[in-house]
Amino acid sequence: MKEVKTPLIRLAKRADIDKRKAWAIRIGSILVALILGMIPILMAGENPFVSYMIIIQGSLGKAGYIRQTVKRAIPLLGVALAIAPCFKMRFWNIGAEGQITMGAIFASFIAIKLGPSGLPLVVMAILMCIAGALGGAFWGFVPGFFKARYNTNETLFTLMMNYIAIGIVRYLQGGPWEGRPGTQIIPMFTSNARLPNVLGVYCGWIIVLVMVVIVHIYMNYTKQGFEVAVIGDSENTARYAGMNVGWIMMRTMLFSGAICGVVGWMLVSGANGTLNSDVAGGVGFTAITVAWLSQLNSFAMIAIAMLLAIIGKGSATLQTRLNIPASVADIISGTLLFCMLACEFFINYKLIFRHKKEAEV
Amino acid sequence: MNALVLLFAAAGAYGTALMFGTLGEILTEKSGNMNLGVEGIMYMGGIFGLLAPNIYETAVGAGNANHFVAILLAMLSAFAIGGLAGALFSFITVTMRANQNVTGLAMTTFGTGVAKFAGELRRLKVGGYVTLSNDLKFAFDNHFMPQFLKDIPVIGKIFFDQNEFFYMGIILAILMHLFLTKTKTGLYLRAVGESPVTADAAGINITRYKYVATIIGGGISALGGMVYTMTTAGCVWIEASISGTGWLAVALVIFCTWRPLNSIWSSILFGGLMIMYLRIIVPFFPMELYKILPYVVTIVVLVITSMRNIKDKQPPASLGLNYFREDR
Amino acid sequence: MHNAIELKNIVKRFGKVVANDGINLEINYGEILCLLGENGSGKTTLMNMLSGIYQPDEGEILKKGEQISIRSPRDAYSYGIGMIHQHYHLVDVFTAAQNIILGLEKEKMDIAAVNDKVLEICNKYGFDIDPKKKVYDMSVSQKQTIEIVKQLYRGAEILILDEPTAVLTPQETDKLFKVLRNMKKDGKAIILITHKLAEVMDVSDKVAILRKGKYVGTVNTNETNPQGLTDMMVGHAVSLNIDRPVYENPTDKLVVKDLTVIDSDGIARLDHVTFTAKTGEILGVAGIAGSGQKELLESITGLQHVSEGTIQFINPDGKGIELVGKTPIQISKIGVGMGFVPEDRLGMGLVGSMGMTYNMMLRSWKNGKGIFFKKKEPEEQANKVWKNLEVVTPSIDFPVRKMSGGNIQKVLVGREIASRPPVLLTAYAVRGLDINTSYAIYNLLTREKMNGSAVMYVGEELDVLLELCDRILVLCGGKVSGIVDARNTTKEEIGFMMTTVGGLKGGNS
Repeated sequence: MKEVKTPLIRLAKRADIDKRKAWAIRIGSILVALILGMIPILMAGENPFVSYMIIIQGSLGKAGYIRQTVKRAIPLLGVALAIAPCFKMRFWNIGAEGQITMGAIFASFIAIKLGPSGLPLVVMAILMCIAGALGGAFWGFVPGFFKARYNTNETLFTLMMNYIAIGIVRYLQGGPWEGRPGTQIIPMFTSNARLPNVLGVYCGWIIVLVMVVIVHIYMNYTKQGFEVAVIGDSENTARYAGMNVGWIMMRTMLFSGAICGVVGWMLVSGANGTLNSDVAGGVGFTAITVAWLSQLNSFAMIAIAMLLAIIGKGSATLQTRLNIPASVADIISGTLLFCMLACEFFINYKLIFRHKKEAEV
Repeated sequence: MNALVLLFAAAGAYGTALMFGTLGEILTEKSGNMNLGVEGIMYMGGIFGLLAPNIYETAVGAGNANHFVAILLAMLSAFAIGGLAGALFSFITVTMRANQNVTGLAMTTFGTGVAKFAGELRRLKVGGYVTLSNDLKFAFDNHFMPQFLKDIPVIGKIFFDQNEFFYMGIILAILMHLFLTKTKTGLYLRAVGESPVTADAAGINITRYKYVATIIGGGISALGGMVYTMTTAGCVWIEASISGTGWLAVALVIFCTWRPLNSIWSSILFGGLMIMYLRIIVPFFPMELYKILPYVVTIVVLVITSMRNIKDKQPPASLGLNYFREDR
Repeated sequence: MHNAIELKNIVKRFGKVVANDGINLEINYGEILCLLGENGSGKTTLMNMLSGIYQPDEGEILKKGEQISIRSPRDAYSYGIGMIHQHYHLVDVFTAAQNIILGLEKEKMDIAAVNDKVLEICNKYGFDIDPKKKVYDMSVSQKQTIEIVKQLYRGAEILILDEPTAVLTPQETDKLFKVLRNMKKDGKAIILITHKLAEVMDVSDKVAILRKGKYVGTVNTNETNPQGLTDMMVGHAVSLNIDRPVYENPTDKLVVKDLTVIDSDGIARLDHVTFTAKTGEILGVAGIAGSGQKELLESITGLQHVSEGTIQFINPDGKGIELVGKTPIQISKIGVGMGFVPEDRLGMGLVGSMGMTYNMMLRSWKNGKGIFFKKKEPEEQANKVWKNLEVVTPSIDFPVRKMSGGNIQKVLVGREIASRPPVLLTAYAVRGLDINTSYAIYNLLTREKMNGSAVMYVGEELDVLLELCDRILVLCGGKVSGIVDARNTTKEEIGFMMTTVGGLKGGNS
């Protein structure tokens, strides 16, 4: 009887990999995902290359389109920055949606109560920004507190907080803040509560770009960022090094929630001009994709947020031009994430194939 | 009192969808895989469960469809798509060793995208709502128990005035309970979820168990989505209406302490909470705030279960962790 | 006649590290073979290839003269090879019987029949377990028993035991050896991994020796003696000859009184532990694994919740500061410098995904004002450790997780000594290190001692404790069994104290 010596394929850990090679693998996986993304387009009976061209035209073809794409990218980038510290800490915050919404509620409160008094724009913007940050921070703090105190499952907790925040907006929309009775719509804010445009897009893009730098510095050069990274690797080591793990968790959630809240403020004050229950509109979830695809690297997030915004905006055009449902964007971003997750395997391991000669023993 | 009975009778319908969703995830989690993509899987189950009988009915003509075949097709189609999703999840987390949490979230994005895409394509094709004839609708929500049983006070309404899926769900819960506690395969599966190192050393094929449990679990969860569309939503595809059910199912797994039998009563309870605002009107209390009640209750339950720390009510010890043999 | 198992020229590499380099081994049925070697000599790696956990990169495995390929634990079973690992592979929430039938393909789920068969095996070889008991209610030795019964239940004829006595009391060890002899009589081939010479002499027929991943040779037990084995194991006979200078005028540094730690299950991990650690002294801590060493060190550093007792840190001016009830941060804030080398290096002492610089920073990240950390000092420190301790790594930014065990330990010890702490606590500081590095570490500790530090050295090798330390505190089941002068004691005395509270004076408790 002839026995096989070793299995056909074995795994071995890579000791180290060239950074450029690693990014090449990652970019390769994005390409694979884009190729897989052609499948639903084919199923809809359309030419995928034409469709991808339309996606690019529809998102970048004209200055106006680019503005709309950037408008989509702003909250994605902002929220991805917000959840990066949480994910670095292995705190699975999927409640960005709710934290955005809560920030939007707090900011709207200022807009609705103080806007008519005619305060100058700058004062209003500062007040609304602070209010938004407080709202988001509060909404992030609650699950953070229970995770730190009782190790309550943060994934489900933060998720349920989303529904609650959205429920509160629905209530405000149809109740205390309703404009014309029966419309279920909150009136547009007064102009002093609206963010001005810069280069045709509300100035939120400048704010998020500033935040990119801030978050990058926070994560890589501050004591707090260091604490977050240590906890993400090993809570025991963090305790050993004298870190107060519970407090750091809560603080990080305050920080993360506050950024989400600021994004909420920008959405009501800049993008929409008012508050509605769809203010977050799935950004909180898509931003997770952005954060993870960028390996929690702040600068990479700019590119990935734009990529997903291009796909999102372009798919909307695709729907109007070719009748391909816009939800193809979700399929493509899901596939992107799958491919990215899977490709890390090739960065961390190498496959060793048994030599042919041996196989024939 | 009467309002409560009616509430729970109605809760059975919505609760059944949750029950399948929860049972599927219990099975998955018993293998140590934490699939957070139940939301996406139930979405897909919802549309694929409807598409199969819809296509079948279009093919044979309205009124000619065999009820049994239609139901079977709906179940197979939903189960298949859920199983595929489970296989994909396993491939990425078990074979490619990726983080389970993020993979689950990706599954949610992907699954909702696929479901909406498929629903929209079909809508464009049939030129209107994707739905079934009234005849088939009845078949899917068939309260087939004899009248005298339904007439029993209180329990008659709650336990006998229900559709076929309600009973299937209960039978499934019982079968799963027996499987996990009485069979060898069930014992092995629990070992994989509790301590993969042990199971591996014992020569149990961890990969196979994780794959199979996650695939079947995904299929069962997807059945929940199908049940939702075909009963609660009245066999009509409305994109957003199923939203949130999958996440509740994941939360219910914790509430059930990973025991299939507990899913029966807890899903009815949560079904009740979800529709309470329709049945029990509280004067002067805003409806929209009333609607968030189940989410508040979920949070309270999460917090309470995490505060009490009972040894045999814990999740499978390796839940959410990937197992690499050479890493030990 | 063929050997039960024969290994020919086995090579196994992990990355650049060669864990096994051309190993040969033979064992017959009805024989007990001891696999002897120091920590890190590749014993466990070799046996893991027999049990299907790893596959060899080169070489052949033969059973009864036929070449076999063991690709998984399941394959190992089918060849009748069963391994009892150091860490037990048991499911806590299952009963003994449920654990025993795990993985058996043909077995029916008939627990009653399984229970009977288990009892039968127990009677045959002299084990003592209750098949219906849940594992989480069992003692360590009972768990080990399940592991052995598990292998016998599935008809293993070649048994491998990886350091089975490390966690046992002498009585339990005797019992285990009796069982092993019964199994040998029954025709089983038994491989015992160990580094305890007394046990080798006591129980084995043959001894195979590994050194630093290489095969040294096999000798018959009755033709050798402990000295000869030691020579083969370490290459040349070494009297350890650790330099032990005397420090003049030691003063009290840490005064521990009635320290008691009760764990979440209500078990006393430390039971009224009282001792004093002095400046200019290395206080050794001896004891069987799990006798409270971990809790003791963690209590002093503020990581462990203390139920009762006091820990006083004595300032140079003679004033005491109470440490109990303070967090690590508070302890360092009040100016009590403490170095701590924990047992679990990557899980507790270091951040695996970061490089040396950031790991050095774990001790200094809070230094300086402002929100930014200072990277310069840790970087210099990392370079120093890299150079002085000869850490093998491509750069100081290379993730420490990917380094080898010895290098990881150097990073950790290097960091903890760098701050020149008045109190230095080490747990198994040389575990897994080669002899040169071990000596380097001994010298570092002694240097700290001569600088006036109070050093505590939790160790497992008694020879080292005897030559390195000034005094030795012996723990037994969370109690202080005694504190002896290391210069005037014997290995036997300490060994006895480790298993009996009070040692020779305490009598048989």
